[in-house]
Amino acid sequence: MTAMIKAEGVRKSFGQLEVLRGIDLQVAPGEVCCLLGPSGSGKSTFLRCVNHLESVSAGRLWVDGQLVGYRQRGDKLHELRESEIAQRRRDIGMVFQRFNLFPHLTAVGNIMEAPVHVLGESRAEARQRALALLERVGLADKADAYPAMLSGGQQQRVAIARALAMRPKLMLFDEPTSALDPELVGEVLDVMRDLAAEGMTMMVVTHEMGFAREVADTVVFMDGGVVVEAGTPAQVLGDPQHERTRAFLAKVL
Amino acid sequence: MTTDPHPPIKAVPVRHYGRWLAAAAVALLAYQVFAALLSSPNLEPATIGDYLFKDFVLEGVQTTLLLTVIAMVLGTAGGILLAVMRLSANPVLRFCAAAFVWFFRGTPLLVQIVFFGFLGALLPRLTITVPFTDIAVFDQPTNAVMVGIVPAVLALSLNEMAYAAEIVRGGIMSVDSGQTEAAHALGMKPGLTMRRIVLPQAMRVIAPPMGNEVITMLKSTALVSVIAGRDLMTAVQTVYAQNYKVIPLLAVAAIWYLALVSVLSVLQWFVERRFGRGQRAAGGGMFR
Ligand SMILES: Nc1ncnc2c1ncn2[C@@H]1O[C@H](COP(=O)(O)OP(=O)(O)OP(=O)(O)O)[C@@H](O)[C@H]1O
Ligand SMILES: [Mg+2]
Repeated sequence: MTAMIKAEGVRKSFGQLEVLRGIDLQVAPGEVCCLLGPSGSGKSTFLRCVNHLESVSAGRLWVDGQLVGYRQRGDKLHELRESEIAQRRRDIGMVFQRFNLFPHLTAVGNIMEAPVHVLGESRAEARQRALALLERVGLADKADAYPAMLSGGQQQRVAIARALAMRPKLMLFDEPTSALDPELVGEVLDVMRDLAAEGMTMMVVTHEMGFAREVADTVVFMDGGVVVEAGTPAQVLGDPQHERTRAFLAKVL
Repeated sequence: MTTDPHPPIKAVPVRHYGRWLAAAAVALLAYQVFAALLSSPNLEPATIGDYLFKDFVLEGVQTTLLLTVIAMVLGTAGGILLAVMRLSANPVLRFCAAAFVWFFRGTPLLVQIVFFGFLGALLPRLTITVPFTDIAVFDQPTNAVMVGIVPAVLALSLNEMAYAAEIVRGGIMSVDSGQTEAAHALGMKPGLTMRRIVLPQAMRVIAPPMGNEVITMLKSTALVSVIAGRDLMTAVQTVYAQNYKVIPLLAVAAIWYLALVSVLSVLQWFVERRFGRGQRAAGGGMFR
């Protein structure tokens, strides 16, 4: 079976600053992988490389067997065109820490936008699916609300529905609950837990250790742009082998 | 019924003597200015009334409106194009757009209008050839092309493009980069993202100054009277040059400009309300 995400020696520099310094990891289809690590360790950067919001400086990264951002002909790499990159991103949903809902569109409008204008679905069909998705994240009654009228937790659930509307094979979550008031974290994690139970492949950057322990198949601990330790939640969270992992867990647990 | 322990307060208000004094002074001043103006024997209210709806005036109003609409449509379209060019990754496009804006904002509109009015003196023929060949796609004497309102339209729209470009650019840059990322992550291409996500949000920032641009444009059209641009100002000038009723005819023009600007101001209010949609409700998390 091809891995959903496969990284081999992925490096990323911003000017002089090398943020990713050789990341190797694999995520199988249906797997939930939680990325942990201290601030600045490169978790967001890696996630953004997966859907080519950042381009990799060295190494290779594949999503569902396809090289991200490039086409290989012989031993030469050719950059993909904007339209090809956009095409590949359709299959990868992304949820941001700051939600990034489109403020000029209603909840249902946010969800319909890409199906209508990228996939060419009819408005009627897209709307019907959008309403079903809102139902699924528990917001059936908020279809016509603008983002500014929703709480943070509700906004994030709309953002998840928006990503799901593209029927992605892979979902990326970048600290989806970090901008939320504590009492709203649960409702978003519940939606993510359901999604994992339905077999969605997910890569989740999070500081929610309870979620990682309960839902993740693998936990990856990153620090300083490298993977320090990876394994099952029991291994990494219960019996960490590296001093840096222990120090980090001691702080967050 | 029980008596309310806290009946509504009835207190003696503070007397603002200063306010009364200021109001009286300003009212007196205003009265004197208007009295002086109205006392002039050359104002001729009856003549103003006669001319207000004369055919030549109405035709001038029509042309003024037409000039405003065309110049604003072309100016806005060109402005969006220039703004996108200035923000593009292509250094040649960036430079050309910046140079265009620099030139048209850096020279007086009046100079540009006169320039287009006399374009024939600079370029006797307008010729477009297929690059690096002599095959002409278009070849006409300049003065045959630059007829009627064409030079006025050209000058006004090119000038407007430069100003609109700056306004649109500011609007685009005001949109959070997270919006573009979210759109890209959904598989939207850059052009679609600009059209569906960025520009509609930028409109909130763009609409108020563009409304002012329309109002400024309506009044700037009067400048094309220097090249006989057929607008309202040209119309009244042509007539008062013959009958010397300068003041009443200028008053006719002023009344029309004022009326049109008032209508536009009301429209502007509605447009701004329309583009503020969804972004004003309280308690939102988007702009915390
Ligand atoms: N576009 C960029 N340009 C320059 N430096 C960047 C850019 N994006 C990220 N960085 C730097 O890369 C480093 C890693 O950033 P990244 O956002 O990946 O960390 P993170 O692990 O997600 O941290 P956090 O937990 O704070 O979100 C940081 O030092 C950051 O300043
Ligand atoms: Mg981060």
